[in-house]
Amino acid sequence: MTIEELEQIAESVRLENAKFDYEVNVCMDLACASQGSEKLREALVKAAEASGKTVLVRRTGCMGPCSAGPLVRVDPEQTLYSHVNAGHAEAIVSSLGGEPAATLQCDLNEHFDKQVRVVLENSGHIDPEKIDEYISCEGYKALLTALMEMTPNGVIHRITESGLRGRGGGGYPTGLKWSTVAKAGGDVKYVVCNGDEGDPGAFMDRSVMEGDPHRVIEGMAIAAYAVGASKGFIYVRAEYPVAVARLTTALREARRRGLLGNNIGGTTFNFDVEIRLGAGAFVCGEETALIASIEGRRGTPKPRPPYPAVSGLWGKPTLINNVETYANIAPIVRNGGKWFANMGSERSKGTKVFALTGKIANTGLVEVPMGIKLREIIEVIGGGVPGGHTFKAVQTGGPSGGCIPAEMLDIGVSYDALLKVGSIMGSGGMIVMDDTSCMVNVARFFIEFCMTESCGKCIPCRAGTAQMYTLLTRICNGIGTMEDLELLEDLCSTVKEASLCGLGQTAPNPVLSTLKYFRNEYIEHIVNKRCPAGVCKIEAQVEVSA
Amino acid sequence: MSPIREGIVPAFTPPPLPSDDKRWKIVNGTMRKNGFARHALIETLHTVQSSFGYLDDDAIRFVAHSLRVPLSQAYGVVTFYHYFSLKPPGKHTLTICAGTACYIKGADKLVAAAEKRLGIAQGQTTKDGQISLMTARCVGACSRAPVVLCDGEVAGEATAEHVLEQLERWAVE
Repeated sequence: MTIEELEQIAESVRLENAKFDYEVNVCMDLACASQGSEKLREALVKAAEASGKTVLVRRTGCMGPCSAGPLVRVDPEQTLYSHVNAGHAEAIVSSLGGEPAATLQCDLNEHFDKQVRVVLENSGHIDPEKIDEYISCEGYKALLTALMEMTPNGVIHRITESGLRGRGGGGYPTGLKWSTVAKAGGDVKYVVCNGDEGDPGAFMDRSVMEGDPHRVIEGMAIAAYAVGASKGFIYVRAEYPVAVARLTTALREARRRGLLGNNIGGTTFNFDVEIRLGAGAFVCGEETALIASIEGRRGTPKPRPPYPAVSGLWGKPTLINNVETYANIAPIVRNGGKWFANMGSERSKGTKVFALTGKIANTGLVEVPMGIKLREIIEVIGGGVPGGHTFKAVQTGGPSGGCIPAEMLDIGVSYDALLKVGSIMGSGGMIVMDDTSCMVNVARFFIEFCMTESCGKCIPCRAGTAQMYTLLTRICNGIGTMEDLELLEDLCSTVKEASLCGLGQTAPNPVLSTLKYFRNEYIEHIVNKRCPAGVCKIEAQVEVSA
Repeated sequence: MSPIREGIVPAFTPPPLPSDDKRWKIVNGTMRKNGFARHALIETLHTVQSSFGYLDDDAIRFVAHSLRVPLSQAYGVVTFYHYFSLKPPGKHTLTICAGTACYIKGADKLVAAAEKRLGIAQGQTTKDGQISLMTARCVGACSRAPVVLCDGEVAGEATAEHVLEQLERWAVE
């Protein structure tokens, strides 16, 4: 496969698509699929046949605004229809070539205007099961360009220049990580993609793997070339069967096209990828635990150093990046590091995908330039809190993150700014809470999660989270005392400082941030035996388990 | 394309299949595909669970022997990961997502309603083996929270009424 051959494929896809007068794209992502988008697609195909128009009905990945689903987009006009069901198929098909079907049309201009699509540029536009469609969107061009025209060091330099930081949450500079692995000695190295999106309330990585799987594979192949690896693993949650199926198809197709395997692009570069299934352990998102899991063992973390970049999978240098990080690689290689560095803020470059959920009008996937104000994401893109309720907090970073109150909404989204207000960027879950959420209960929810998910290897995390859970339960039930609160704060710092891995070190964050911004709610529970949001059942029987 | 193989020790004869059940051949296939390498343990256990619905002692023993993994390690892995189950599932499974977005939108009420109706706690199966009630960490359909899975089928924006209706339908079968 050469770049010319890629262009030929792209050209043939364009010619093939040109045979159709209209393109109707149907979102088949989980949210839309669970509302019958497959039936809708079948109905559209039938209606198109009956009408005699030449219509290409395409299944695509996530289009973004899931709350308006099932979604259908007619191209090239880019008319977006919301809440479509099979019964609307005829109306949509008969509107082709004329006025759009007004009753179904949705106005989400504000929602889209503030977004910049890099990672999600193909998602919702191509059929994720067809490699040729990906190729027609400049797919695999970056890989072949890197192989033919760039040295491994040149690739790393470009990634470093872009300022890309790890999208899994930690924000470690990607270029630096790559160069560490590249410099590590040894013939055998591995490239691992962390698709263990364990953070509850986040589904960006699932949508990327399902909506544009080749982009992840291409990013991994470029990384493998840069660091000198020839084997890769994608570690995916078993809870994401569709992502596993799409990736399996994508890998098979990439091998068939000679974009994986031996002598890729006629060069000496060999690379192939295997999929590994997670089995429901949040801690496996931690890189050393993930490595243990790929090796077929219990997912318990190890002290670092040695870092996986030096000694990882089977003791070999291993590059581990998140799905979204890999998805950023191809456009950076194609467009240059400076192009990427022009987007975003001072120390956080590029864009970030967020899964916007909770008490917000437009739930779904959004991709915004770094530095955008939280307020814009929530009020403009998200459409604000529905149902006449008032905004209370937004939670980022999942169980490792914190709750950000209304008065902090004017901060720009970046790794450093979020850390400063007591949360973290995290992988991209953004859960909006309104006045019906009790912040003490929310803190307890996250601590319960960390308690159950603690692997049990180190005592601060294993015992500390359990004790914190007991204390929070006491407070929620209205039998907590001010001494409990003191003890809780004490425990937070112990667990934070003494735990072995990121899970324990960040587990107190939801408690600390709610204590910082919503201390009055804790006091209210303790002193006045009252839950301001009316969530906690004060004086109910104490339910302490585990 | 040959699969990636690590740690293959030649001259090893895997144990015979536990029974004539054809599903063991599928399990064996996963191990063979991975060259009976030890790191295929989790992959193989996934195959067992998807074929048989759960992992019993015989299955764990067979997989451990075939992959030359100590029984303690195999059992350790099975009990470490939430996805693996040592108990057979009911004929139907209702899974309620307990991720953050679902929690914020009241998934606990759904759990309470289902527990009350079935008279079992989450993680248990009704005595007649008809219905299992499970909770999930997050199925990634957060934009349609709260989410329930009825035999794996995702249903969004669920209410206690939906859940009870579904349980009613399963009960009369």
